[in-house]
Amino acid sequence: MPMTDKALFKEKFIKGILVSFALSSLFFLFLIFIFIFIEGLPLFHKIGLKNIIFGFKWAPTKGSFGIFPMIVSSFFVTFGALIVGAPLGLSCAIYLSEYSGKKMKMFLKPALELLAGIPSVVYGFLGVIYIVPIVRDCLGGPGFSLLSASIILGIMILPTIISISFDALMGVPKTYREGSYAMGATKWQTIFRIVIPSASSGILASFILGMGRAIGETMAVIMIAGNALKIPTSILDPLRTLTGNIALELAYATGDHRLGLFSTGVVLLVIIMILNYIANFSIKRKIIK
Amino acid sequence: MRINPRITDKLARIVLNTQAFFTVGILVIIILIIILKGAPHINLEFILSAPEDMGRHGGIFFTIIGTVFLVFLSILLATPLGVGTAIFLTEYTKESRFTKIIRFGVESLAGIPSILYGLFGFIFFVIKLRMGWSLLAGVLTMAIMILPTIIRTSEEAIKAVPRNLRIVSYSLSATKWETVTRVVLPSAAPGILTGIMLSIGRAVGETAAIIFTMGSSLRLPMSLMDSGRTMAVHFYILAREGISMEKAYATALILVLSILFINIIAYYIMNRVIAKYS
Repeated sequence: MPMTDKALFKEKFIKGILVSFALSSLFFLFLIFIFIFIEGLPLFHKIGLKNIIFGFKWAPTKGSFGIFPMIVSSFFVTFGALIVGAPLGLSCAIYLSEYSGKKMKMFLKPALELLAGIPSVVYGFLGVIYIVPIVRDCLGGPGFSLLSASIILGIMILPTIISISFDALMGVPKTYREGSYAMGATKWQTIFRIVIPSASSGILASFILGMGRAIGETMAVIMIAGNALKIPTSILDPLRTLTGNIALELAYATGDHRLGLFSTGVVLLVIIMILNYIANFSIKRKIIK
Repeated sequence: MRINPRITDKLARIVLNTQAFFTVGILVIIILIIILKGAPHINLEFILSAPEDMGRHGGIFFTIIGTVFLVFLSILLATPLGVGTAIFLTEYTKESRFTKIIRFGVESLAGIPSILYGLFGFIFFVIKLRMGWSLLAGVLTMAIMILPTIIRTSEEAIKAVPRNLRIVSYSLSATKWETVTRVVLPSAAPGILTGIMLSIGRAVGETAAIIFTMGSSLRLPMSLMDSGRTMAVHFYILAREGISMEKAYATALILVLSILFINIIAYYIMNRVIAKYS
């Protein structure tokens, strides 16, 4: 039965609406970029790119907008989180994909993913109550420190690392493993020499996405990192991240001070986009391979 | 000296087992702490009465209502937009440069941290569009934030619907839209629901994006233009300003329990879908 003009029009109309829905995501992304950049860029022009990115002094009410210590701190916390979270997360993923039985997998995987559902404020709170005093009493310093923040963030990025690494490990063809066993290799030799190298790009992507999550984390970090405005010289020093800087001051900042927080946002947004691009690139390479 | 491969194999098994159970142990400990510390302070009055004296006394009723308003309205906005996008990507177009660009947009939105959503919502909705700290600004910001989750899970769900169902529908001379609404969407509904539940979980626990858009007024929001406070924001303020540890633990327990409950429902639905199609 040929479609009537009315039916044809209706189909076209619906398609038009769906296209506009699909374009909305791009539109929102565009809006976010435009508005953060419009507010954040003028200060780069006025103060100078170098004085902001490589400036050491953050005194926004006195005209100093240096965020270098925060950039460094953000990277420190991110790598700290990776040092805590990556080995633990990868081990869990290997255990889940290679060692655990089917029933165990059905129970463990959702249970571990529930870690992702716990709000970051709750992690921050538990960090303040349990991790900070332990660090202070056992190792010295104020307790609110790079180390405490790394431990909490390391736990927070576990679900990301576990679920993406797990998918990568499961994606390694069974024949690879069988070939290795046929050569007389033990299970661990197979995992270490065959399975992990084959899944390496997916595992790498999980680490990078974990970094993306850690560098963007805000509420947990401002609760446990101490928020001091200098580059930490030891893991027991307090520090302030880019995200923390925005969250701590946005509520009351005005004028150039507020613009400075948007400049911080611009730097953060650029770092995040680069990390996401690298992560997507390394996942894509795996698919092509 | 070479170590016997059998010994390394055993060692590796032990180390990996330990690490996996250590990780599960962390989860168990977190939940146990919150239950043990929070449960003694929870009763019906805590849930159903208004907060008094900044939350030092009374309950969290207004913040529960604030959370429900925020989550319900943002889901209401994001679901048609997200499912519509997923339908377009799977049913109405082939893989092309255009879909790649849209996917790039969705992936990028998913990667932006919540504080930048807060920053954007603050300057765009609160300041430029003059909404002030309001439920509306919070809802709009949150809707954009959960959009990528809904798009991705809906897309997976729609892709999982067997091709044969569509072919049968077309052979009965159904139009594309009829096929989508009467055949594809009903089959994909549980999967889409999973995505919605996961988004609800995320919205309930969100703080950074909400505190700068919806604000943190402890009054009951009576209109879209009123500020309000969600449970997560309330918990943050109680804990950070040291207002009351007991109330903080109790709020954390309600918060975590509701998120766990929502996530468990989501997994339950998802497992039934997987069982159905495999």
